Amino acid sequence: MNIINNNILTILTFLPLVGVFFVLVVQGDDKAAKNNMRYIALVTTLVTFILSLVMWGMFDATNPEFQFVQNHEWIGDVIGYRMGVDGISILFIVLTALLMPMCVLASWESIENRVKEYLIAFLILEFLMIGVFATLDLAMFYVFFEGGLIPMFLIIGIWGGKRRIQASYKFFFYTFVGSVLMLLAIMAMYWQAGTLDIAQLLKHEFSPDVQFWLWIAFFASFAVKMPMWPFHRWLPEAHVEAPTAGSVILAAILLKMGGYGFLRFSIPMFPDASAYFANFVFFLSVCAIIITSLVALVQDDIKKLIAYSSVAHMGYVTMGIFAANELGIQGAIFQMISHGIVSGALFLSVGVIYDRIHTREIAAYGGLVERMPKYAFAFMVFTMANVGLPGTSGFVGEFLTLIGIFQVNTWVAFGAAFGVIFSAGYALWLYRRVIFGALEKDSLKAILDMNPREMAVIVPLIVLTIFFGFYPAPILDATASSVEALVSHYQASLGVLPVAEVGH
Amino acid sequence: MTSDLTSFSALAPAFPELLLALGAIALLMMGVFTSERAGGAIVGIAIGLLAVTALLVAVHPAEGVLFNGGFIQDTFARYMKVLVLAGSAFALVLSVSTASDHNLNKFEYPVLVILASLGMLMMISANDLISLYIGLELQSLSLYVIAAFKRDSGKATEAGLKYFVLGALSSGMLLYGSSMIYGFTGQTQIDEIAKVIALGDTSLGLIVGLVFLLAGLAFKISAVPFHMWTPDVYEGVPTPVTAFFASAPKVAAMALFIRIVFDTFEPIARDWQQIVIFISIASMVLAAFAAIGQKKLKRLIAYSSIGHVGFALVGLSAGSQTGVEGVAIYMAIYLTMTIGLFACILALRTDQGYIEDISDLAGVAQTRPFVAAGIAIIMFSLIGLPPLAGFFAKWAVFLAAVEAQLFVLAVIGVLASAVSAYYYLRVVRTMYFDEPNHQFLPTAGELKVVIAIAGVLIVTYFLTVGSFLTDVASVAAGSLF
Repeated sequence: MNIINNNILTILTFLPLVGVFFVLVVQGDDKAAKNNMRYIALVTTLVTFILSLVMWGMFDATNPEFQFVQNHEWIGDVIGYRMGVDGISILFIVLTALLMPMCVLASWESIENRVKEYLIAFLILEFLMIGVFATLDLAMFYVFFEGGLIPMFLIIGIWGGKRRIQASYKFFFYTFVGSVLMLLAIMAMYWQAGTLDIAQLLKHEFSPDVQFWLWIAFFASFAVKMPMWPFHRWLPEAHVEAPTAGSVILAAILLKMGGYGFLRFSIPMFPDASAYFANFVFFLSVCAIIITSLVALVQDDIKKLIAYSSVAHMGYVTMGIFAANELGIQGAIFQMISHGIVSGALFLSVGVIYDRIHTREIAAYGGLVERMPKYAFAFMVFTMANVGLPGTSGFVGEFLTLIGIFQVNTWVAFGAAFGVIFSAGYALWLYRRVIFGALEKDSLKAILDMNPREMAVIVPLIVLTIFFGFYPAPILDATASSVEALVSHYQASLGVLPVAEVGH
Repeated sequence: MTSDLTSFSALAPAFPELLLALGAIALLMMGVFTSERAGGAIVGIAIGLLAVTALLVAVHPAEGVLFNGGFIQDTFARYMKVLVLAGSAFALVLSVSTASDHNLNKFEYPVLVILASLGMLMMISANDLISLYIGLELQSLSLYVIAAFKRDSGKATEAGLKYFVLGALSSGMLLYGSSMIYGFTGQTQIDEIAKVIALGDTSLGLIVGLVFLLAGLAFKISAVPFHMWTPDVYEGVPTPVTAFFASAPKVAAMALFIRIVFDTFEPIARDWQQIVIFISIASMVLAAFAAIGQKKLKRLIAYSSIGHVGFALVGLSAGSQTGVEGVAIYMAIYLTMTIGLFACILALRTDQGYIEDISDLAGVAQTRPFVAAGIAIIMFSLIGLPPLAGFFAKWAVFLAAVEAQLFVLAVIGVLASAVSAYYYLRVVRTMYFDEPNHQFLPTAGELKVVIAIAGVLIVTYFLTVGSFLTDVASVAAGSLF
């Protein structure tokens, strides 16, 4: 048991690769072989998820330090094999592991073409995504962060919609150009601090001039990944063209890497630069919240609408992070987890009707409630969570970030509050057009409600959405001490408050 | 510096070269005196000879300076020699089953490859401007013949002629530069020249000589602005020959480049650094943009190789031990990717012959998933995406550039790599996103093995060989300083 305890992050990270191996071994292209591969992938992802829960259970939430730490020499003197989680990263691992089995289930029938490659791409993606959150070496962080481009490029390009090639290229180049600058910044940090161990780097004080440039380079990468307005142009296309499970992963996990990056690197390692640029980030966040919410109003493609609403929701996250107080950051993390669940669920819901009618046009739907009552209920819960209705998980994050920012800058809070109103506008209007109204279209007359497989995907997400809406404590407790440490470190290095006063 | 040549054991550092030279002569004899059909056996023996030589270099620790200071064997030389020999051996492996399609199934071909490899080993070990030139010419003359080997093909002979004329020009420049250096320092031996320069005696003539010397070497590694021959030659010569040209000679010329600038011109590093920075930027940027418009696969690879030379030179620009280590790692990974890529191309044969256009790759992912996966892995690795080996190659060289605070070079470099991603992705896109338009003939077993080895090495680099290679390269780079 001790071996598992000490290596749990390694096991968790590399477990999906074991699944890849077994999927590779399956021979043949007939129905039975395809199903075998799907079961292998499902079992692998489920075991990973259970293991991630075990890790969460063993995690000591009162300890703000990194836990389950592994630290070995690896490639040369520079790159080390370092693993560890704290309150900021652990939930993202659980979220990733939670959504992967759902992605496999959601693709069970909709992907019939090149199933083997598809499942391999997803399992490799899971390996890389867990790695991003679990590694404590900056170079390995980059490896995992950037490595995700390969499977995602292929997922969009091979199994995507009509304009998939353009979408995959856009996704690739936006992210790649942003990231290569971060790569140089990572190297510069190595020569400045003499190590790439994140735990060490967090203690290293970079001089303000250096921080300035490093912050910009990291921002180039994370702002694109997040995405922040105006670097979001790749996102609507990638979301729209990707297959359902691809959209889920994009919205629920890949976007969170940007937020995680800000929290892990920009704020604690470059506090002076973060304070310097905070107003700039607030400006972009408010722009994102207001502009993309308005853009979402006029979309006639369901997935595009959700995609734009994602950008708006990420605006709250960046705003909360750079508010740099406990409420703001707690709220930002909560918002990311909640958005992971809710936007993932929304894309899965769209996938349900897309699999039946094969269109994402809002105009092609209407009156679904008559034939699909269960679906209508599920979609309603997620729509309300997207709006941020109290009682759903969407409310907590938005509310906390707004309180957090209110303490820092009232005008930003004032601007951001409009997002709440607009989001009600586009989300409810979408719901009305798709679910309510008369069921007039011939193509919808014979539509069937969700089958057990789809229920198995959707129901847990409904439960989680409502559960975290009423009882957010599990998430907030897990993050509290790490966030507290982060904030006090940040304020201490800015000299805002003496350290002793913050540690109340 | 005199050395004892009376005993056989005193020659120990040069044993690999002796073995290769004797082997080449023996194979030549065998080819002349046996029947036509012995060609296949000779290829096999040649591969074995290269492998044994590589093994000898790797495990035989004798190092030192020989032949009155004309020849040096150190860890750096041994590292580079193993790469060169591996590159040559694998290039020959690629020609085993494909030689007859390319009119390469004559016994002279493996013999010439071995002679060229011998020349490369001499280049790597050259410690004197004269032995440098002799090694370089032994290599070049063999390569000129190999380029025009398919003598009834207009394209191949044209490529051979181009290669010869431009190569001779570059040799001339190199020789001119050498004579200037000799004229202004009075020495031909590399460490003696370094001593003279270290005295602070840097005249303009010496700098002019340096520029000519570097121009000649830039030709051999096909760095911009001396790259013009590369696309034409790569396209014109038979594909197994292209595989050879793109691999071993590049490594040897790069090793020579490194030795010259570090051993000879260390004291005037500032002067050659600007030249290296310039050709590095020019190579990266030009290759990134020029390759976008290419339709022929081999021309694309030619520009890609120009670009990669540019990236390798990023490490050299740093002028530090980290930089040399980076270049050493880069060349090893570049070699693996190149050999693997050409194995993939040779594996795709239709009944009309080998594929030439990028559009011929359409839908290969469905008809030949194994080869397509190989090409895709190599393309992503050439872009420099983690966790593939190509990323760690770029990491090593850019790390050195950032250490030397060459930020402008580094930023231009990574942006050029982003541009270059466009054309690499085009190959992946054609294979994976388009529908098939060709039926391919079965692939020979040895090509599959080469693809599998290259693919596994590239994908698992960070788990398996990465640590080992970094350590070895670090020791090799250390021996230069």
